[in-house]
Order: sequence, then C-alpha cells, then structure tokens
Amino acid sequence: MLIIHLAVKSLKNRKTTALLTIFSIAISVALLLGVERLRVEARSSFTSTVSGTDLVVGARNSPLNLLLYSVFHIGNATNNITWETYQELASNPAVAWTIPVALGDSHRGYRVVGTSLDMFEHYQFGDKQSIGFNTGQPFNDLYDAVIGSDVAAVLGYQVGQDVVLSHGVESRSLQEHQDKPFRVSGVLKPTGTPMDRVIMISLQGIEALHIDWVNGAAPNALFTVSADKARTMALQPSSITAYFVGLKSRVAAFRYQRLVNEYRQEALTAILPGVALGELWQLVGSAEKALLAVSVMVVIAGLVGMLTTILTSLNERRREMAILRSVGARPGHIFALMITESLIYAIAGTVLGFLLMYGMLLIVQPVLQMQLGLHIAITLPGLFELILAGAIIGSATILGAVPAWRAYKNSLADGLTVRL
Amino acid sequence: MSNLRTPVIHLSNVLFGWNVDAVVLDIPELIINQGEKVFIRGPSGSGKTTLLGLLGGVLTAQSGDVTVLGSDLRRLSPSRRDHFRAEHIGFIFQMFNLIPYLSVIENVTLPLGFARKRFEAVLCSGVEPEQEAVRLLQHLELTEPQLLQRTVTELSIGQQQRVAAARALIGRPDLVIADEPTSALDTDTREAFIRLLFDECDASGSTLVFVSHDHTLEKLFDRSIALHEMNRASLYQPPLLDPKREVV
Repeated sequence: MLIIHLAVKSLKNRKTTALLTIFSIAISVALLLGVERLRVEARSSFTSTVSGTDLVVGARNSPLNLLLYSVFHIGNATNNITWETYQELASNPAVAWTIPVALGDSHRGYRVVGTSLDMFEHYQFGDKQSIGFNTGQPFNDLYDAVIGSDVAAVLGYQVGQDVVLSHGVESRSLQEHQDKPFRVSGVLKPTGTPMDRVIMISLQGIEALHIDWVNGAAPNALFTVSADKARTMALQPSSITAYFVGLKSRVAAFRYQRLVNEYRQEALTAILPGVALGELWQLVGSAEKALLAVSVMVVIAGLVGMLTTILTSLNERRREMAILRSVGARPGHIFALMITESLIYAIAGTVLGFLLMYGMLLIVQPVLQMQLGLHIAITLPGLFELILAGAIIGSATILGAVPAWRAYKNSLADGLTVRL
Repeated sequence: MSNLRTPVIHLSNVLFGWNVDAVVLDIPELIINQGEKVFIRGPSGSGKTTLLGLLGGVLTAQSGDVTVLGSDLRRLSPSRRDHFRAEHIGFIFQMFNLIPYLSVIENVTLPLGFARKRFEAVLCSGVEPEQEAVRLLQHLELTEPQLLQRTVTELSIGQQQRVAAARALIGRPDLVIADEPTSALDTDTREAFIRLLFDECDASGSTLVFVSHDHTLEKLFDRSIALHEMNRASLYQPPLLDPKREVV
C-alpha cells in the first residue's frame, strides 16, 4: 500500500512527463486495438458478404472468378447458364430456393443485376440479415428498379427517379437503353456489401431491354420495340449469369455441388461461397496483417519510450531513493517502487488506450457505416483484446524490471547518502 | 549512574577499508551508552560517513565487532540489517532530507510504513501517526497549521531540518544519528535546533549521535569524541604498511 502510495505521489510530482508517457502508451494501445477491431470486423464483414447461401452456380470458371463476378460484380462472366438448365437444376428436390442473377448492364458505373423477387426474400448477408428497404419497395412493374444505398447516396436518387440504363459495364457506355427508362421503386438499406452498389431490376426487365437487340448489337431504328410494346411480348429470359442456391439441408451441399460440376449438358461450376470468400480474404487480407504488425511496433515504441522516461529519471531520483533507504526502505522496496511505477504507466496507458479506442469508435462508427457500410459493433473487449492488454501490461512489467534493477543496485551502492 | 546504563553502541577493534590497501577506519573501542548525547567531531576525510555507514548497517566491517543495541550487525544478513535500521535508528542528514513530493506530515510519518515496531509504538501511545507527527512538529516549534499543508520544498532549510528531526524521532527509535544536520543553518538557529533535538531525544529516551566538523557545538553535548584521534587508520596513512610484511 505504502509503495503504491509513494509511486503515485512520485509520478504526480513528475506530472508532465508521466502524463506524456501514459498518453504515448495510450495512443499506441488505442491504435493496436483499433486496428485489431477493424481487422476482425473487416474480415467478418468480408467473409459474410453472402450468408445463408449454400452454393453459387455459374458457367464453368475458376471458383474465385465466379465469386468475383457473381457476388462482388467484379469482372465479367465468361458464359451464361441457359434458362432450361437453370430450371432443371433449380427444381432438384434438395433445393429450397434459388436466386437467379443476370448481369451485363450498368448505370453510371453501377452494375445492373437482373433478378427475381426471391432476392428480397432469401438473399442474406452478414449475420443472416436480409436486405431491407430504406424507402420504397421491391420492383412490381416491369420497369421498376431497386437501387443500393451507395447508388442512392452518390447519385442522389430517390424513389420515383427515372434512370436510363446502359448496355455493358463500362462506366461511360456508348449505348444507352434510352428507349426504356426505369423508375426507382425502392432504396436498400446500407449492407456493407456489394449490394450497396447495384441497381436491381427484374429478369423480365433485362429481357425487355434487349428484346429488340440482335446478336448483342443495338437495333436498327426500324426494328426498335417501344417500352410499352415490350410489355405485351413474351419476356421469358433465355439465360442467366449465375444463381444462388439455398438447400433444404446443408448436408446436401457437396452432393449438389458435384451434380452441378458434372452436369453434362452445360459446363458449370458450383462454389461454396464461404470457402471461396475465405480464400479471397487470404489474398486481399495480407494488408491487415501488415497493419497489425505496424501497430504492434508502435506499442513496442511506446513501451520503450516509457523505459527511457524511467531510466532518465533514475539519476535525479537517487537522492530520493537514498532518503527512502534511510527511513527504512529496503532495496526490495526500491525495486517494488520502480516496478509499481512501470505498472502504473502500463495500466493507466492501457486503460486510457481502451477509452481512446472506444471514443474513436463512437465517432468513426456512423461514418464507416454510412460511407463504407462497414458496421463495427461497439462491444465489450473480446478475449483477444484482453489478452493484448495483458501482454502490454506484462511486457511493461518486464521492461520495468530494467530500471527497477538499476535502482536496486544504485540503492545498494549509494547506501544512505548520495553525494551529487 | 552512568555505569548502570547499557551500551547502545559498542565498537571494538573495528577495521574497515574499501580495499585491502586503504583502511579508512580502525577503531580499537567506542562505547556510547543509552540516553547519551554524543558529539563526534572530525574534519572531512576522518571517516565520519564511514562510521555512520557501519552504525546504520549499510557498510560491514572487515573485522571487529559492531554491536548496536545488543545486536552484532556483522552477523545479520543485509535484509535483517535493513529491518534493524528501520526499527531502531532515526537519521537526519545534512540537507535535502525530505521527499519532495510528500507533504510535511507524510514525510514525518514515512518511517512508520517501513518499521512495524515504531508504528506500533505510536499506536500504543494512543494517537494516530498524523497526530503524533503534529505533536512532534509542535515540539520542534513548527506550529503554524498552514505550514503543514505546504509542500516541503517551500519550507526554509531550518524548517526542513526540523521536519527531518521529527521524522527521525517518530515512533521513539532507540538511536538517532545526525550527520551534519546544522551545516546549512546559521549560528542562531543551529543552537536552537540542537536544543529542540535534545528535548525530544530526552522525551523519547533516544540516544543521540551527532556528527559534525563544527566544534563550536561541542560544548552543548554530554560527551565529545574526536574521531581522527580515535581512528588509528590516520596513523598509518600514508604510506600504508602491511603489518604482516613488517614482521617478516
């Protein structure tokens, strides 16, 4: 008790350096914890871009490529799945639901996803969340479109807005579907997934856009089909790009995957999205490890700073130590006093670091949620964070043994008098 | 009367040197009795600090007996000597005696945290340590209440030395060792300080060993010892001859 009291008083006496030391430790701890939290959240957000979907099926491709274009809408599909094949595979008794997607069009750089209403019913991301509507509702009409939150925010679109879609996925497309404008029927809530950056219309809508197109080329003016006329025509899609599968039982996943991969009429690939997402994270996630390594270095720098502060103070405190010795403090007390000082630095620094981190989270969380759709939960420190805190305090104690040992040796050598 | 007194300090044939060729202290015999106020005088370099180190158990003699309060300090382990010092000896030094970041009261009560017996001695007298500190400070004529609230660095040197004296005296240690406590004080305050110190040593029954080079203070004490006369180390310096080599 007395030692702690002395250590606290002594630190108070050196308020400025003590506070700066604590603050530098706190900043490094906050950085480490923040990076760790961001890392965990980014990974979990990334690997749960799709959840609840057992398989994703597309034309024969590498699993990663299929994942990239079907889920992240990066790159293009090499081939399509015919409607008949889709119908046959979707009617497999193991299948609970499917969500077809047809890609290939865009609007001002945002991908258009042709899909069915099953999308809003079955598609899940994150912790089994369905995509919800901020305003509006799913597409009802042939020319209705549902837009993601980013699209709405960046382009300033609201329900009722007319949008003209473009053919192809280049951000500046030469060919616009000017003759068949769509109307925004709903805006999705932010999800933190690629769903924030899509424009969803019905498969029939996709079909209507291209009904007068021949071999991927815009129609001659003579043969154009007006928007209203398209309504009256048969809009059965002939193909889709990929489809998401929910199975009645997850046990059937491998069996269904094999069925798709060995499907004779068409070359197809089925992937388990969780596995593929994990693989993809291995590729893109190495940056986070580097970031973590850097923040560990920063913590080490903070602790070395503490060591420097204590060591520098030792000489000017030799007299203090000698006085303590003369009133009865044993060298062990001196050692304990110095270790206690390091512990106070470390504990105060770590606690302040946690507070800083939570403070930053409170400020940053809504911004991240709005801008990136990345939801960082403000929760109590997890096991790993507690282990980190323990490791920091433990290292500080070990480092603190260095000046403590020197003070101990000094106090033995100096005895009761110091001639300075 | 003085014959009945038990010796508090008994040194016999004490030899101390930092290494074999440099003997600093060679004292054939030194006895200081209980309740005595002894003035130990000696110019600088006569081994005063070394003697205090031996008495405080910070240094150990190469040979001879250093008996303080019946304990042979040479036979005690370093940690036992530390305990012994904390329990039985109060120190006052030249200057900068106080811990700058503690209040006056905290400085005075500081030894009680390290010495259980002295702590209990205060409690046995029926007062709290803080009250005892205030009482001692009052006896040493530090009475202003606002003085006690100030940080010790704001006190004058004379006031600081009185706080240090109160700290040395709290819990009634058997022995008070003062190492040039008055050298930073002017002549008038010097005598006043020593008289206050005497009164408190009498009140607590402590023996006082007062080391100084200032012989004007000598007359105030029961007894005066000239260290350089008693210390035979000065006789064979320089050059230092090894007695054994002389024999051969």
